[in-house]
Amino acid sequence: MEVKQEELFNRWLSPPVEFASEEAKSAYKARVTRIKDAIQLRKTPDRVPVFPLIGFFPAYYSGLTPYDMMYDYGKLKMAFKKYVLDFEPDAHAGAIGPGPGRFFEIMDYKLYAWPGHGVAKEHSYQCIEGEYMKADEYDMLIQDPSYYFLTAYFPRIFGALEPFKKLPEPIHILEMYGGFTPVNFIFFGMPDVQEALKKLMEAGSIALEWIGHVVAWDREMASLGFPNFFGGGTKAPFDTLGDTLRGTKGIMLDMFKRPEKLIQAMEVFTPLMIKMGAGAAKVNGNPIVFIPLHKGADGFISNKQFEEFYWPTLKKVIMGLINEGCFPFLYAEGSYNSRLEIISKDLPKGKTLWGFDQTDMKRAKEILGNVAAICGNVPSHLLAVGTPKDVRNYVKKLIDDCAGGGGFMVMNGAVIDEAKPENVKAMIEATKEYGVYK
Amino acid sequence: MGSSDDLVNALADLKEEEALRIVEERLNSGEDPFKILEDVRRGMEVVGNRFANNEYFIADLLYAGEILRSVTEKIKPKLVTTKEIKKLGKVVIGSVAGDIHDIGKNIVVFMLEANGFEVYDLGVDIPPEKFVEKIKETGASIVGLSGFLTLAFESMKKTVEAIEKAGLRGKVKIMIGGGQITEEIRKYTGADAYGKDAIEAVALAKKWVGAS
Repeated sequence: MEVKQEELFNRWLSPPVEFASEEAKSAYKARVTRIKDAIQLRKTPDRVPVFPLIGFFPAYYSGLTPYDMMYDYGKLKMAFKKYVLDFEPDAHAGAIGPGPGRFFEIMDYKLYAWPGHGVAKEHSYQCIEGEYMKADEYDMLIQDPSYYFLTAYFPRIFGALEPFKKLPEPIHILEMYGGFTPVNFIFFGMPDVQEALKKLMEAGSIALEWIGHVVAWDREMASLGFPNFFGGGTKAPFDTLGDTLRGTKGIMLDMFKRPEKLIQAMEVFTPLMIKMGAGAAKVNGNPIVFIPLHKGADGFISNKQFEEFYWPTLKKVIMGLINEGCFPFLYAEGSYNSRLEIISKDLPKGKTLWGFDQTDMKRAKEILGNVAAICGNVPSHLLAVGTPKDVRNYVKKLIDDCAGGGGFMVMNGAVIDEAKPENVKAMIEATKEYGVYK
Repeated sequence: MGSSDDLVNALADLKEEEALRIVEERLNSGEDPFKILEDVRRGMEVVGNRFANNEYFIADLLYAGEILRSVTEKIKPKLVTTKEIKKLGKVVIGSVAGDIHDIGKNIVVFMLEANGFEVYDLGVDIPPEKFVEKIKETGASIVGLSGFLTLAFESMKKTVEAIEKAGLRGKVKIMIGGGQITEEIRKYTGADAYGKDAIEAVALAKKWVGAS
């Protein structure tokens, strides 16, 4: 696993691009090395890395809207590039975030309202909470998650896939000659299903065109010296179920009403979540796997529930990713003060990075500092309505409290959409100034 | 048959089946449904206190809300008289323009109602003029603005301004809350107070109607 991880880090250090200059090449390698040193806890980096986790901020910064980013890839690439070149962060989050608007239209996507569709063109995505999986569907999910997704979940979240409700079970296709196999293909001949398949092909073409732009942008940034922070992403099984299958209320009630089913379903998801994160990291040649954490935050559930329901399968996902050579980056939204002791005792040293929003960072460093690197906590309200001076002071204090001996990165607490550019700049510049290890 | 305290305890301990069984038995024995409702309120008060003491969390509140819904559904058909229950005060609440999150807001609504407030829940993505309209219509003295996203900062500010413009600012107290809301944002929006959770929302509302 050590070897696998070093291999992935080496691929991240040497992207498949031609650098624009020797200067860009050494800047790129210095940035990745800085991050690697900071998060592996093996040696102190030259300075604290700074990585603003941005959402639609580049759009606003260029006087454009989130809608523009989703419908005009030229504007997307221009705005995201301008952000990277003007702000010079140690890493960027790619240009993948906004996504292609037309794709969602064709698929008739129900899970989110997006810019220009349910929310104003000037605003970001918003999740539409719901019970997309019903309480009595656990057995179906547990028995065959893929078939459940195709025939129950997808028709609910993609209007275009409504006819997939009638998809025959793949197991019906057995090796029997004659008519036994083709009867299972009647489904694909039905007019409404053929309509759905046409939409899938159209959506696929849009996704393919879009990802071409995103990858080209990524390569250009690498050639100019700026690494993408992320190799892939996955989720905690509890959140996979709780965010967009059972919904917040659904999963919370399930802990009381059907705890065994809930745990069983999370066990089914665990190897799939590992495969999802590790697969992307290998394709992208970057070990960092992003895992946003939602419903295990302080206040949602008790420590007892956290240890019984949330943590066991998340821990397995973390360990599974590490075994594959990945470096999990857990981004704990909300606050995690009551969970620090629980997670710290189970983590292998120098194999994870934890991003926090409203967690007490000094305590996080004390409790987690010996086993894991931490980052985050620059508050969104400060970036939105504070002054550059406030931001500088905040960053300086974070560095004083948390950066001793390495194992720390400066990052914001919640994804940045609208913020004052001078404040984002202050966050980066303050790190470059105060964060140098002597 | 379960006594008054048995029902309060069953509700407080989130024992759904037991609570439903006691309610059923007491209704069948011909007891005044208003008396049972009073016990339900007391049980929910204990739930609220445990939440305030960090013994209960959002999961427990959501489950308590579910139990409350099922017991009141049982009791409601038996409420033949329209006896007025005295309310502490009126609250207009909603998630502000552009924000469609409502879980936090729903918990605040549940807690305010459990504590005797009459709550007008406008829902999500509510433009400033809808708040103004509802305040005029109901004569509510308390307004709750909820928002989970950073875009809510602007919407809250605009809503407070609209209330001001309508000449209602002196007649209402405004509280705000949600994931990214802080005292700095409270100042920025011009609201009267910020509450970090449903317990603080209830405490503020009680303070403002002089009930605490």
